[in-house]
Amino acid sequence: METIYRRPALLADLPTHYCPGCGHGTVHRLVAETIEGLGIGSRTICVAPVGCAVLAYKYFVLDCCVAAHGRAPAMATGLKRVLPDRVVFTYQGDGDLASIGGNEILHAALRGEPITVIFVNNGVYGMTGGQMAPTTPLGMRTTSSPLGREPRQQGYPIQLPELLATLPGVAYAARRSTHSVAEIRRARQAIERAFTAQLRGLGLGIVELLGACPTNWQVSPGEALEFIQQVMLPVYPLGEFKVAAELGA
Amino acid sequence: MARELWKGNEALAEAAVRAGAEAFFGYPITPQTELLEYMARRMPELGRTFLQAESEVAAIHMVYGAACAGVRALSSSSSPGISLMQEGLSYLAGSEVPCVLVDIMRGGPGLGNIQPSQSDYFQLTRSAGHGDFHPLVLAPATVQEAVDLMYGSFELAFGWRTLVILAGDGTLGQMMEPVEMPPMRALAVERPDWALTGAAGRPPRVISSLYLDAAELEESNLRLQAKLRQMAATQQRWEGFCVEDADYLVVAFGTVARIAQSAVRAARRAGIRAGLFRPVTLWPYPRQPLEAICPQLRGVLVVEMNGGQMVEDVRCVVRERVPVRFLGHLGGVIPMPDEIEAELAQLVSLSGRAALS
Amino acid sequence: MAQGTLLIQTDRCKGCGLCIRACPQQVLVAGQHLNALGYQPVQLDEALRRCTGCGVCAWVCPDLVFTVYRESAGRAG
Ligand SMILES: Cc1ncc(C[n+]2csc(CCOP(=O)(O)OP(=O)(O)O)c2C)c(N)n1
Ligand code: SF4
Ligand code: SF4
Repeated sequence: METIYRRPALLADLPTHYCPGCGHGTVHRLVAETIEGLGIGSRTICVAPVGCAVLAYKYFVLDCCVAAHGRAPAMATGLKRVLPDRVVFTYQGDGDLASIGGNEILHAALRGEPITVIFVNNGVYGMTGGQMAPTTPLGMRTTSSPLGREPRQQGYPIQLPELLATLPGVAYAARRSTHSVAEIRRARQAIERAFTAQLRGLGLGIVELLGACPTNWQVSPGEALEFIQQVMLPVYPLGEFKVAAELGA
Repeated sequence: MARELWKGNEALAEAAVRAGAEAFFGYPITPQTELLEYMARRMPELGRTFLQAESEVAAIHMVYGAACAGVRALSSSSSPGISLMQEGLSYLAGSEVPCVLVDIMRGGPGLGNIQPSQSDYFQLTRSAGHGDFHPLVLAPATVQEAVDLMYGSFELAFGWRTLVILAGDGTLGQMMEPVEMPPMRALAVERPDWALTGAAGRPPRVISSLYLDAAELEESNLRLQAKLRQMAATQQRWEGFCVEDADYLVVAFGTVARIAQSAVRAARRAGIRAGLFRPVTLWPYPRQPLEAICPQLRGVLVVEMNGGQMVEDVRCVVRERVPVRFLGHLGGVIPMPDEIEAELAQLVSLSGRAALS
Repeated sequence: MAQGTLLIQTDRCKGCGLCIRACPQQVLVAGQHLNALGYQPVQLDEALRRCTGCGVCAWVCPDLVFTVYRESAGRAG
């Protein structure tokens, strides 16, 4: 018997608090598999966000800390500056990273901090019950945009990796999705590249991952995957927007 | 060691370096900026970390991150910047991660001005962030004292796993005084047993201020409160001048205490048995020593560069036993010795019996 | 065709059904009973077709309930 798949040892053998079909579970798995695959678990430190993934420290079998809402890139900067030979990554939601923590991620990117940023975009504030996020697609109804997001009122969704890709400090910027096996495999590769950028000291690596929030989208887990394709993908094209030459094609 | 002339802000920076600070993160703001600029030169020279952050919010979270690795990390700022740092201070307190912070206070509220002030007293001692905690707050009156307190601050911070804040008014940061610098300390090689370093050959560690369960959060708070009580009982520090036989006590901290000391001297010459009580720790407030002096007193005068903040602590101790008067200046106006003397004379006439020496 | 087999940690399954949608062999079905978490965990039903051990279910499962084995030495998933 050949083992085709076994859970990574870097994810604690615990049930998670995530809702059925939540994108965070899949992204946790990909991150743990990547760190395990690179053999860097004993020197990796995770900075957890405020958001549904606040308890990430319970699941990753790694040294972890929990940042204040949006401040993970600043905290990761502090850690990485004093522990340059360790691997530091932040795990952040879209409210955490693109809204309240916009300044922290922008400046960590400008400085080219050699950290890895795992950015889960589910288009809403999950933890607080589905309010509008900077990433909410136009027209989407949320508990704080009950009539649908209207650009003159609530502005436009933010495409963060594209924006950060313009900065010289960024070594890797990509957007991937979790709605199909093929995309999940590509997501895994992107996460690995974002960590490799750090291991080679090339600068900041960020991967945005479109993830499902069936609960706040008010759809079934299966329908949530369709939602990603129909609603999210038109606003959030997948791809690699910056790949440092040293990372190879 | 020879005494050399040092500017307050730069002396604080060098003292932090000699105390073994491994990382500094800050943001420019008058009247603290020379501290940051000094660190910008000095830390890289020693192969240590200096980073100018994008904001005070980021700076304190960088300190938080570095401190999570168990290194001696610090930041410095002035009042508006401290307001921004409150979020980080609360998280640091909630997860009991030690660090040191300097506040060279300026006038507020709002943008206020860049003149010296003591108006962060409430902010630092009472409301340095949400939740139940107090930082340990030290208030030096001279550049030498600032250096000495800074030199010992990391021991306090790591020993108690607490925030230590050195609170100086703008005057202290800007003035030049002769200082004897302490020797350069070797950097700590051992990291504390809670530090995040990567879980190599040991179980993973977590640093968090999150306790979702009510009973667990209460328990963690009760532990914190017990520690704070222990700190309050053992860390009260103060200095006195002519206190032994004093009938009238002037209470002042920081550089105001130096002005008050001249006033006390003058009052003595005028026949008033005055003394000076200068808190060195603003939190914990030196209540016990003040209480011990209380029975001999006929009146108390509190002088501050704010609208009357520390005076509340003094009134808590003195209660209604004798009159407590307050003299305050705001916005960078510095109280003058003759004003203080005049207030003392008022106090004497108010309390009825002038005790002549 | 390769013969696969699964170890399903049914106590972890939240019944999201993503694996049921994704399985190319359509050998996964929602179980009838509830687990301790209150969900109907997925189960293998090979009445019509056999599991090939392709590993797709494990790739889409957000809760890591699958360990996947394959009999013949095929391509790793
Ligand atoms: C300073 C501060 N403001 C607001 C909150 C409340 N809050 C908690 S989580 C959250 C939003 C999280 O959304 P997101 O980052 O998108 O992550 P998700 O939960 O969707 O994974 C907010 C607003 C907070 N904890 N702290
Ligand atoms: S609310 Fe949304 S993001 Fe949060 S756990 Fe549930 S599905 Fe996941
Ligand atoms: S391994 Fe493949 S064939 Fe077998 S149950 Fe999973 S998805 Fe279906």
